[in-house]
Amino acid sequence: MTLLATCLLSLCHAAAGSAAADDRATQAPQIAYAPVLDSEQFEEPQTAAVPLAAGTGSATQRALQPLGPTSALGDDGFRIGKLRAFKRGKLLLTNGITTVEGASGGGIARWATIAGRQTGGGVGVSGHATAIELPEFGWRSYGVAIGIGDRLELSFARADFDTRDAGALLGLGEGFTFGQEVVGAKMRVAGDLVYGETWLPQIAVGIEHKRNRDGAIVRALGAADDDGMDYTISATKLLLAHSLLINATARFTEANQLGLLGFGAAAGRGYQLQFEGSLGYQLSRRAVIGAEYRSKSDNLGLGEDDWMDLFAAYALTDNVTLTAAYVDLGSIATFSDQRGGFVSAQVAF
Amino acid sequence: MLMTAATALLMVLQQAPAEGTDWDAEFGVEEKVRDPVTGELPVDPYTQSDTNAGAKPYDSARLVADFGGREGIRRIAIRTVEMSQADPRIADIFAAQDMVRLKRTLDEQFCYLLGAGCDYTGRDMRTAHAGMGVTRTDLNALVENLQAAMREAGVPFAAQNRLLAKLAPMSKDIVER
Repeated sequence: MTLLATCLLSLCHAAAGSAAADDRATQAPQIAYAPVLDSEQFEEPQTAAVPLAAGTGSATQRALQPLGPTSALGDDGFRIGKLRAFKRGKLLLTNGITTVEGASGGGIARWATIAGRQTGGGVGVSGHATAIELPEFGWRSYGVAIGIGDRLELSFARADFDTRDAGALLGLGEGFTFGQEVVGAKMRVAGDLVYGETWLPQIAVGIEHKRNRDGAIVRALGAADDDGMDYTISATKLLLAHSLLINATARFTEANQLGLLGFGAAAGRGYQLQFEGSLGYQLSRRAVIGAEYRSKSDNLGLGEDDWMDLFAAYALTDNVTLTAAYVDLGSIATFSDQRGGFVSAQVAF
Repeated sequence: MLMTAATALLMVLQQAPAEGTDWDAEFGVEEKVRDPVTGELPVDPYTQSDTNAGAKPYDSARLVADFGGREGIRRIAIRTVEMSQADPRIADIFAAQDMVRLKRTLDEQFCYLLGAGCDYTGRDMRTAHAGMGVTRTDLNALVENLQAAMREAGVPFAAQNRLLAKLAPMSKDIVER
């Protein structure tokens, strides 16, 4: 009896429930998505086939044509757990090239860009080698940088500064080579290089810890220290309407010639605020030309000058960027008019 | 025990659904029918306005000429959509959308922004991209396709960038994650 009553009760419930459900079904959709269902295939109006422009145009145009997928790893990279490594996502050249200190930027000025070809959620790497040939000196640097999402960049670079014949004249010995290592970190705090409001640049703060490998000698030259920390804040924006890239960086530093001649002066001069500026004009998706300026302080009283360069960068493939520049580094260690050539290669994934 | 027995009995008594049940109606699935004239699927009502295009237009005959005039702009818009549909990086986003409508509205938007004498009749960028889950990476892929379409059409690079300059600030309404 009890069983029957329960059964009846349940049945009634079920019946009432289904009736209510029927009601609702006729009143309103119950599934929270808007499916696109075609009752019949629609014949799209035929538009004239767009001819491909491959192989047409001037030699310059052909030179600037895309080369197609060239990454040995493919565009998708690979996965380690939830981590997407080397997945290409950035627009060409928006990872910048590499500065002489290993960070992404121009040749001598730090930018707010993040190294590597990854976008949000991905991890990318980039490596670089740079050579500068000057009348009296030779510069070689190489390094790697890791980009994490569109947020963080960690970089390491090692630089050697060959004094060649000048070394003997300076009493250091012919071919004496100053060396230093730079470990850097940069974090994007606001804005975007390409997207978002035109007035809001990509802004990044960063640090660079530099360690000179010739402590005794730089102290003898009058430097206070053989290692030091730089603090930077950079703002970089690509003004698409004018195909113009603008960068400004403020650097709080005590380095002498980037740190190759040590940090600060035993006589007391130390941290000062310096400025780095870059202007670039995009000739094509792959090519950019521009100029850079970097102010420096003369802590040691050796006549250290501001630096400037005129550069041309070209993305040979989606992963390889070559840069050539004319640099004017002014006076270095009392040798004036150090103007010469700068070449740099960057490989980024 | 009692409940189990009752449930078991109910399951036995339960009737199979009638043959030919209209499940779409049962679950409130509305079948969208393409407009016989335009071939477009209906969208929720919205207020038409040129401000939906998301930016103020240029006023330069030279720029319009660089894009190959009204017809050139149309071809670039359609080509961009077609390349994106064929692009494995972002094809899935387009698969669920009305391509007939997109080709028309994208063309109108480009034409309006470039000052080639069109009105934009589409929705604003936030509404049009709602729920698509577009990422920055997806947007970069689309930009590359648009650049390729413009390059094919022989649009000078500086002119290409001027169109992108109008589109880039809209990313905040398009990128969702």
